[in-house]
Amino acid sequence: MPELLSVRNLKIEATSYPPGEPPKRITIVDGVSFDLQKGKVLGLIGESGAGKSTIGLSALAYGRGGAEITGGEVSLNGTNILALGKAGIRKVRGAHVCYVAQSAAAAFNPAHRLGDQVIEASVKHGLMTKEEARKRGLYLFRVLGLPNPETFGDRFPHQVSGGQLQRAMTAMALCPNPELIVFDEPTTALDVTTQIDVLAAIKHAIEETNTAALYITHDLAVVAQISDDIMVLRYGKTVEYGSVQQIIEAPTQEYTRALVNVRQTAREEAPDQSQALLKVDNVSAQYSNGFKVLHGVSLHLCKGQTLAIVGESGSGKSTLARVITGLLPPSDGSITFEGKALTPELKRRPRDELRRIQLIYQMADTAMNPRQTVRDIIGRPLTFYYGLRGAAKTARVKELLEQIEMSNGFIDRYPAELSGGQKQRVAIARALAAKPELILCDEPTSALDPLVAEGILKLLMKLQAESQLSYVFITHDIAIVRAIADSVAVMHRGRLVRFGPKSRALSPPFDDYTDLLLKSVPEMELGWLERVLNTRRMASAGN
Amino acid sequence: MSNPVETESLPGQRFRERFPLLALLIERMLLSLLLLVAVSVLIFGGVEALPGDFATTYLGQSATPQAVANIRAELGLDRPVVTRYFEWLAGAFQGDFGTSWASRNSVSEQVGNRLGNSLFLAGFAAVISVPLAVGLGMLSVHFRNRMPDKIINVISLAAISLPEFFIGYLLILYFAVNFGVATFPATVYEGMGFIERLKAIALPTATLVLVVLAHMMRMTRAAILSVMSSAYMETAELKGLSAFRAIVKHAAPNALAPIINVVALNLAYLVVGVVVVEVVFVYPGMGQYMVDAVTVRDMPVVQACGLIFAAVYIFLNMLADILAIVANPRLRHPR
Repeated sequence: MPELLSVRNLKIEATSYPPGEPPKRITIVDGVSFDLQKGKVLGLIGESGAGKSTIGLSALAYGRGGAEITGGEVSLNGTNILALGKAGIRKVRGAHVCYVAQSAAAAFNPAHRLGDQVIEASVKHGLMTKEEARKRGLYLFRVLGLPNPETFGDRFPHQVSGGQLQRAMTAMALCPNPELIVFDEPTTALDVTTQIDVLAAIKHAIEETNTAALYITHDLAVVAQISDDIMVLRYGKTVEYGSVQQIIEAPTQEYTRALVNVRQTAREEAPDQSQALLKVDNVSAQYSNGFKVLHGVSLHLCKGQTLAIVGESGSGKSTLARVITGLLPPSDGSITFEGKALTPELKRRPRDELRRIQLIYQMADTAMNPRQTVRDIIGRPLTFYYGLRGAAKTARVKELLEQIEMSNGFIDRYPAELSGGQKQRVAIARALAAKPELILCDEPTSALDPLVAEGILKLLMKLQAESQLSYVFITHDIAIVRAIADSVAVMHRGRLVRFGPKSRALSPPFDDYTDLLLKSVPEMELGWLERVLNTRRMASAGN
Repeated sequence: MSNPVETESLPGQRFRERFPLLALLIERMLLSLLLLVAVSVLIFGGVEALPGDFATTYLGQSATPQAVANIRAELGLDRPVVTRYFEWLAGAFQGDFGTSWASRNSVSEQVGNRLGNSLFLAGFAAVISVPLAVGLGMLSVHFRNRMPDKIINVISLAAISLPEFFIGYLLILYFAVNFGVATFPATVYEGMGFIERLKAIALPTATLVLVVLAHMMRMTRAAILSVMSSAYMETAELKGLSAFRAIVKHAAPNALAPIINVVALNLAYLVVGVVVVEVVFVYPGMGQYMVDAVTVRDMPVVQACGLIFAAVYIFLNMLADILAIVANPRLRHPR
């Protein structure tokens, strides 16, 4: 059978402009080769910077942000599309090869209706008339399980949800009957409960239309559900390339093994103690416009333990953290810390109360002043809470750097000179500098690659063991909960639906929402998606 | 995504939820009206607080206390300031700005004539500068970071840095004095032919164009660039659309709002900035009229001119905001 897509020795370079230095040529992708047959799915997996999106876009002969394809061949049905020229490649894009972006919310034009955007390429390439394209759009909306398919196309991008937009983008890619679709992390920005629906819809749609696909992701468990073959990439080079079964069940490379085994750790929970460090009692909160975001939440956390709060976006989990910090004073209920009531409003809190509760954010990038060095960032709370200056401050900063497993050499670096994981470590050191008793962690690892995230989690656990720290850990990732939590709170639409020690909270009998949440988490297991969908089908048939 | 919305159902809030666009527009217009009233207080109060007095200036050497008191009584200046303010405001809203103290003519009549001249000048400058600015902006996007872009940038920066009166005098020096191709002063009168009129206002128009061009051009460039770097433009390219279709169909609708906004703001600046230019070129418009009135302390004229300038400025700003609101699909098509 002839190959649909054949990539040989692909080399992609870009010019980077480091501040104050001469421009530098960097190689993003180096010597990558693979083949893809009609109707098959190849998964490209790797950390950020591995070059997987860049390789995906090369199937459309496109270089994003100054990336240039400088070597090798990309052949589609035997034609090297890199040699086609501007007008030639335009006939390939949007007709033979289509692209699904990670953020459909940004990739759709806010000024046009979804239906018009979905059929645009098919009509403009002369593949079908407007009427035919509309019919096909309607068919695809149905296949992808979009609500009210007849009128869905009349809506504007801002009028539908993120999961629906991602499916609409898939419909847009499928509409011209392409031979190949490049999916670039299509479910990464979605909640797990939404991800599983989108994943199932994509899988169903590409099987139904017999379209080949490149599926790019950093989540091996996801790609295992949808691919025939998998290519593992690191630093722009191929680490391992084989069938999905071989990669998951018998990886030959150390790096692949690490990816497969990531987060398979689980820790024993500590027993519940009678004396709670933090006690949230029947707390409700609302925005100033009267919109109620928390309804009567009660939970507690013991000293030296970790409470994981899980839920999808909009469930109120971050709002609860804002209430505990005093950023959003509760409208009802009370919060006690070590037996004493916490001042509701942040501005009124005495300095010592502020010191005892610290925060780590999801985006370490935006939580640090880019014009301050690591010394200033970590040193600020030392001066603010303990009045340290000069040599004493420097000594303490160095001590903290040691605690977060970074060398003294980092002390005069700026955030831009640190990797994502290092930035998050500095943010942890800044929180530690105050010698807090409680650290609120708001999804501190969700923007990081799995192996880096694992390092951060291990560090947090080590610090907890050393100094009896307590964590409130907000996450949407059940695997993290298993790995680090002692007790678990599940939130849904501003209400607490489940709370208790981990062993009890994460075992049956479940309430409906927790059941859905747990079943939606992709597992590193072949055929997991089919199994879940089958049980669902049986459950709905039984009803 | 759609949490059940739980709000205290105040009637205003419900209207706002059902017609967010209409509610926003009404709010914006009411705000403009409020602003105009506030400005009228400032103008009236400011003029009231000015040192000097029409009666003493008018009478000059013969300003005996009795004569001054007579004139003040005749003009109604002996009445309380609040009464006079409300009378003035009520008149102004009906288009009656009272009578000029200096010429004893109706202010509204004179202003009408002068305002027409000013709007003609500003309008003509707008007709030239808006297409020119948008065109140059698109040109510099097309040649981004290359020579033509840099040249346009430097020249526009230079033009924006020079004060308008200085540009005016430079133009007079070269085009009227040295080369003799343009006319100065820019006198227009009733019954003047259209072509003659254009010839007379060539230099003041050029000055105004130079002043507003740079700002509009740079904002147009920035607006287009920000749209061009957005993800949906990449989507358009990856759909294999032609560059022309991508720009017309996908970039233009999104770049339009910020461009309309900056154009409207600059039109407001044109109308108000005309004051200095009119004085430099001795052009019989509102600006010249106002400056003359200030020198003889002819307060009704000063107040009328101030209020009209403020109204034009507020109106054009409101127009800019309304167009930006209407151009936003999120507000036009609520969830």
